[in-house]
Amino acid sequence: MTALILPTVAAARAAAGAVPDPEIPVLTLDDLGVLRDVRVAADGTVEVDITPTYTGCPATAVIAADVRAAVEAAGARRVEVRTVLSPAWTTDWMSDDGRRKLREYGIAPPGPARTRGPVPLTLTARCPRCGSADTREVSRFGSTPCKALWACRSCAEPFDSFKAI
Amino acid sequence: MTTPATLPALSAYALSLGDDALILGQRLAEWITRAPQIEEDVAIGNIALDLLGQARVLLTYAGEAEGAGRDEDDLAYLRDDRDFRNVHLVEIPNGDFAVTMARLLAFSAYQHELYQALLGSGDATLAGLAGKAVKEVTYHRDHATQWVLRLGDGTATSHDRMQAGLERVWPYVDELFDADPAAAALPGVAADPATLRPPWDRYVDQVLQQVTLHRPEPAWHARGGRTGLHSEHLGHLLAEMQHLHRSHPGVTW
Repeated sequence: MTALILPTVAAARAAAGAVPDPEIPVLTLDDLGVLRDVRVAADGTVEVDITPTYTGCPATAVIAADVRAAVEAAGARRVEVRTVLSPAWTTDWMSDDGRRKLREYGIAPPGPARTRGPVPLTLTARCPRCGSADTREVSRFGSTPCKALWACRSCAEPFDSFKAI
Repeated sequence: MTTPATLPALSAYALSLGDDALILGQRLAEWITRAPQIEEDVAIGNIALDLLGQARVLLTYAGEAEGAGRDEDDLAYLRDDRDFRNVHLVEIPNGDFAVTMARLLAFSAYQHELYQALLGSGDATLAGLAGKAVKEVTYHRDHATQWVLRLGDGTATSHDRMQAGLERVWPYVDELFDADPAAAALPGVAADPATLRPPWDRYVDQVLQQVTLHRPEPAWHARGGRTGLHSEHLGHLLAEMQHLHRSHPGVTW
């Protein structure tokens, strides 16, 4: 049997972390904070743990398939992607770089998550186009589970806002 | 086919929670393209999707706990109504929009207390799901609350229709908090339904009082959903939900 060089944990992690989110492709999995752990087992199998943003998020299955393909392309012979629910994903895990990329893409990044008490309604999302704080929430739910729909009173543009959870 | 009475307790319990989420998710999805505003289509669609996600985790786990090789699809699509363990509240038809919001208030306030309790469950899967789901249902509860307040505080007509919505839904509330043998058999794992009632009462009462809606006092209460005794409505819902899977076994997109 040919002894092939297997990817290191660091290489596998870099490959998985660079996978773009299928619904917000400016963000990588590292930016989102959904990549929880990468291990290389003794038999060379790369085990990747990802956590869904929302339990029903349809992107989770696509992310798992994309991770498998990316880690295989980095040289892994066998890849196992596990979905872990705990600890629960929070938008606080999103990287600063990810927040900047979201804003440039036209999506207001999430504010700090509140872990207890009612969902804050009155926190303003700053318009990602003109920077104004004079904005209003149009709908608490948006085009994907992770976003709400807002509109800017200053430049009149509607925009998506990433919900803080 | 295994009947609910013979399932292991953990499987039966996960199935109860999962069936509640699955059936309400299916009901809510019926609103898509029919809600009063397009934003409401999106909101209800998102809530239904969250519930479907919770149901997938719970049905998968119920199948694993049963140990008979059934997966989430087998449990969702290949059981008949007598094998579903959901409460009646989630299967009654949507009716008026105010009925749907009265039900969503009652159910999301219940799920909020349920998942809060399960955060401390000794079962890692249930506790892990609860940590995610409690965030989701907090949004659902808040959405229902806003509509109940808006309709209750709106015109005389909207107030009356909101009150009528509460009257329609309230006979189905008590069943959420009835003792469940499957839960009772899982100390340290399951939530005791009765203990969820006082915080539920406090939350719902303060919502209704803000807009002078009256808490109904129904003369009868639904029973039996957890043991597979359902209304005819569930059969019709299942016929629609299961039709494709049963007509074309194993079909994929």
